[in-house]
Amino acid sequence: MWQQHLVIAPILIPLLAALLQLLPWGENPQRYRRLIGIVACILTISAAVTLLLQVHQYGMQVYAVGSWQAPFGIVLAVDRLATVMVLLSALLSLPILAYACYGEDNLGSHFHALFQFLLLGINGAFFTGDLFNLFVFFEVLLIASYALLMHGGGKLKLRACLHYVLLNLAGSALFLIALGVLYGTTGTLNMADMSGKIAALTGDEAALARAGGMLLLVVFGLKAALLPLYFWLPQAYTMTTGTVAAMFAIMTKVGVYSILRVFTLVFGETAGAASLLGYEWLWWLGLATLLIGAVGVLGSRDMRMVISYLVVISVGTMLTTLSIANERAVSAVMYYLIHSTFVTAALFLVVDVMAMQRGKTASRIVSGRKLAQHSVVAIMFFAAAITIIGMPPLSGFVGKLHILEAARVGDQANWLWPVVLGSTLVIMVALARAGSKMFWHTLEGKAGETRSANGQLVAVTVLLSAAVLLTVFAQPVSAFTDAIANDLYQPQRYIYQVLGGSTL
Amino acid sequence: MEALFAITVGMLTACSVFLILRGRSFPIVVGITMLSYAVNLFLFSTGRLVIEGAPIIGNTKPIADPLPQALVLTAIVIGFAMTAYAVILAVRARGEIGSDEVNDLDHSDAEGQR
Repeated sequence: MWQQHLVIAPILIPLLAALLQLLPWGENPQRYRRLIGIVACILTISAAVTLLLQVHQYGMQVYAVGSWQAPFGIVLAVDRLATVMVLLSALLSLPILAYACYGEDNLGSHFHALFQFLLLGINGAFFTGDLFNLFVFFEVLLIASYALLMHGGGKLKLRACLHYVLLNLAGSALFLIALGVLYGTTGTLNMADMSGKIAALTGDEAALARAGGMLLLVVFGLKAALLPLYFWLPQAYTMTTGTVAAMFAIMTKVGVYSILRVFTLVFGETAGAASLLGYEWLWWLGLATLLIGAVGVLGSRDMRMVISYLVVISVGTMLTTLSIANERAVSAVMYYLIHSTFVTAALFLVVDVMAMQRGKTASRIVSGRKLAQHSVVAIMFFAAAITIIGMPPLSGFVGKLHILEAARVGDQANWLWPVVLGSTLVIMVALARAGSKMFWHTLEGKAGETRSANGQLVAVTVLLSAAVLLTVFAQPVSAFTDAIANDLYQPQRYIYQVLGGSTL
Repeated sequence: MEALFAITVGMLTACSVFLILRGRSFPIVVGITMLSYAVNLFLFSTGRLVIEGAPIIGNTKPIADPLPQALVLTAIVIGFAMTAYAVILAVRARGEIGSDEVNDLDHSDAEGQR
């Protein structure tokens, strides 16, 4: 009985938790809010794991909200891809929230509630099967992220946040225009239904639908930080607090997920006049994003800025590979996506620990005093660095290997191999320089006295252990990502499940 | 009617794009507000422009599409909240930084601080 409602649990749990956290909790409210937050994260993880097992065993699940059948009502369409993304965000949120509970949540008000609202928006965006609903969940996660970005306050955050808010407001307007165009031509907003209707369009209508699709690509590119639209990212991620930046590691992935979903289902190979729309653009812009990211990594003088550009590089890598448009490529992208989310988040937290212990020099790449917990933090930093560079033995190597394998033949290899390998070299140089400057060329004199709580170090270790687990269980994980890719390239199964066979 | 409607939406969009491209936060916020008006009007028209049609099947001959009306309502609510947040943010930025220039010219000095 209750099992059929499990699908909506990853959306309801954060919502209820956030509402509970907003209640006045007496003298010392933060204690209760932390407890509620942690419990909610654990519950979301268990719901996501259960769903993943169910979906993997019995296939995709469709939840018609309010029992309004698709395409008339809004459905949550939960396939392997959506569940894996929700599990990813849930697994990411727990260690980050635990880290934040050691004081960072006191910097501003309502951190915990906003954090849960952010999770609500992210999980909803992954689960929904309706384009307008996707817009609504985007707005939910955006408004939470606006407030989280300002967490702690300060002039620099204010400016970065202003840029982020204004850009995303313009992006939301574009999203609505795209939806209007698509609704005007196809008469539906359900993705599965739209997929069939788009394929039947011809002439002017098809041209309009293509224009709408390209507008959607611009919007998702803005969220994912694709080349001409990435300028908000380095400032925003550098200026905000460590935990928020770590949680934002999943935010660009929401954009990548949306591209992956919409441009395989609606504008996939079967879309008639609008088939494989924008893939050419994704390929070249993705490569350019990779190059610009590499330049940014080399040119940054601040460790946070370096990581922000690493995010840009990972987005470029994923979108370029995605545009090869075959199952192997999508499978590689999924593996890389999981790996890069965890490692980027871990790096943001490690640098936050470093900045706190170094004191005045913070995260700038200059010689500073020795850290209080020098060796532990150094080991964490180098493990994370090795993973993100893509050196063996950790998961970055496996991820990059998959990506290079996916583009082994033809023209694609001539472009992708040099750019990916070249950017890897650049990242290695930049991180080696930063690491040696900050950990080995320390100033004479006594070490700093600020120590990080053990719980914070444990949280970082948990995130880093994901890299180890992804390496040890690389085979089952990539078998699963193969299944995801297979799902995405058989859109008729998704369509059949969502529409319940009523149109067949 | 279609031409008038299209010209209205186009004018609003053109003005808003001009305003958004300015370098100060106040014109940008006004521009974004105008853009959301343009978008709402545009969304409204995606169900085709119908006069004297009820949004219920079977009562009148021309039927008005109810879905875009629902979408516009949602978009208005969300757009209103977002604009309010942007206005507050712009006011605070004006107060704390002391100028409403969107791009600070000497922010590179402050790199590395939070």
